[in-house]
Amino acid sequence: MREAWDVGMGGKVVIQALNLTKLYGEVLAVDHISFEVERGEVFGFLGPNGAGKTTTIRMLTGLSKPTEGEASVLGFDISSEIVEAKRRIGVVPEISNLYDELSAIDNLLFMAQLYGVPRSERRRRAEELLKIFGLYERRDSFFRTFSRGMKRALTIAAALIHNPELLFLDEPTAGLDIVAARSLRNLISNLRQQGITIFLTTHYLEEADLLCDRVAILVKGKILKIDSPKALKELTNSCSLEDAFIKITGLSPTIMAIEKERKV
Amino acid sequence: MWRDNLRGIYYIALKDMRTYYLKPPSISWGIIFPTAWILAFYLRNPVGFEELVPGLIAMTILFSTTAAEAVVINFELRLGSLERLLLAPISLSSVLLGKVFGGAVFGLIMAAVVTIGSIVGLGLSPNVPYLILVIIPSSLAFSSLGALLCVSVREVFEAQTLLNLPRFIMIFLCGVVRPVSAMPTILQYLAYTMPLTYTVDGLQHSFSTTSSTMVFIDTLVLTGFFIIFIFPAIKLLSKKFE
Repeated sequence: MREAWDVGMGGKVVIQALNLTKLYGEVLAVDHISFEVERGEVFGFLGPNGAGKTTTIRMLTGLSKPTEGEASVLGFDISSEIVEAKRRIGVVPEISNLYDELSAIDNLLFMAQLYGVPRSERRRRAEELLKIFGLYERRDSFFRTFSRGMKRALTIAAALIHNPELLFLDEPTAGLDIVAARSLRNLISNLRQQGITIFLTTHYLEEADLLCDRVAILVKGKILKIDSPKALKELTNSCSLEDAFIKITGLSPTIMAIEKERKV
Repeated sequence: MWRDNLRGIYYIALKDMRTYYLKPPSISWGIIFPTAWILAFYLRNPVGFEELVPGLIAMTILFSTTAAEAVVINFELRLGSLERLLLAPISLSSVLLGKVFGGAVFGLIMAAVVTIGSIVGLGLSPNVPYLILVIIPSSLAFSSLGALLCVSVREVFEAQTLLNLPRFIMIFLCGVVRPVSAMPTILQYLAYTMPLTYTVDGLQHSFSTTSSTMVFIDTLVLTGFFIIFIFPAIKLLSKKFE
């Protein structure tokens, strides 16, 4: 583990997990995983369905308690100081779960109220995000009237309303068409350029190759490898991250294709 | 931290009022059902209707608050938006309290409509401070009872079905259909374990302005029910997210 000065709000390491484990009844969803995420990087969690990607995000964001192990997010212990961590993180869950009955701007304003954004800044910040995400013209439309891609974009905007240092993105492009997915990937790249650390789960390997500085390959709750996509390709003598993934995990390409189909 | 929690409670309750009060289950169980019940009693016996007013107000609070809880909790459990609230930098208890206050305000609005309607329509002159002392803790107690039952299921229809069991038992035992004192001893004991009995009693005293002590006792007991229901509700919700 790193020295204390290196971990936390001003430190280089923003997420530190040590032997993080989650047991649901008799099912071991996450099995003693340890990893670190550094400030400013896009860190990808790759794996098929049921690998433990979402469970890990849920533990790191306080939605689920680890059965064993420990972790800190921005220097705050997830077991005892999770509220402090929550002030500084944004989370985009796999499902776009904003409120159908509220307009785009009202959804953002509600999130701003919940996160304690000062009253004088709320509207300005909400309108700024709507412009960045190309939704300003639809600011008064109800969330239920949005396309899947627009819903996804607004959900990301909602996670950014309080200027988080760290953004968790759970399968951000799952179920989106090619154009919406590409536009969202561009947005993620822009966020990274703004200095936001991104923790991303995905099973789209080409997406991870394009966006991530480092990836962790997760199968059945265990991390098999952590490295940059380039290093993983070199290590396995592969021309794509998908090939490298298949070589590392031993999963057949057919299974991967089925996983993709399921998500769509 | 407590300021964050208070802010969270306030904005969650406010958002729930805007978002869910006009959802079909809130309207059918929280507005139409009590209205139909009141009309049925009025048409059956317009002359002695005054005596039924406390019971009808109590029933209105019970149905409107619990119906609202089923909507504000179970819609969000099903759609995953409750998780969004739990990601905010506030405690889980604050999220649930926001939900309970949102439901309680719906009950207060409905109770105010029925009470004012009865006062104006029938020319009644109740003790208004007593009414407030009974209606507010009643709304909180029933809303927290609703929350307790609703967090244990996922769908709105499951919650409404589950809520009907205590609702109807309470209606038959609370003293509206038959005075509690005229019931067999065992049913009297059972009646006094239910919050609706204290709401009806408190409202009856508020309309007859006979005993302030009894009103205060009812207020205290109803506040106790609110506390008794809210803690296990918080525990159950927290267990859901372990």
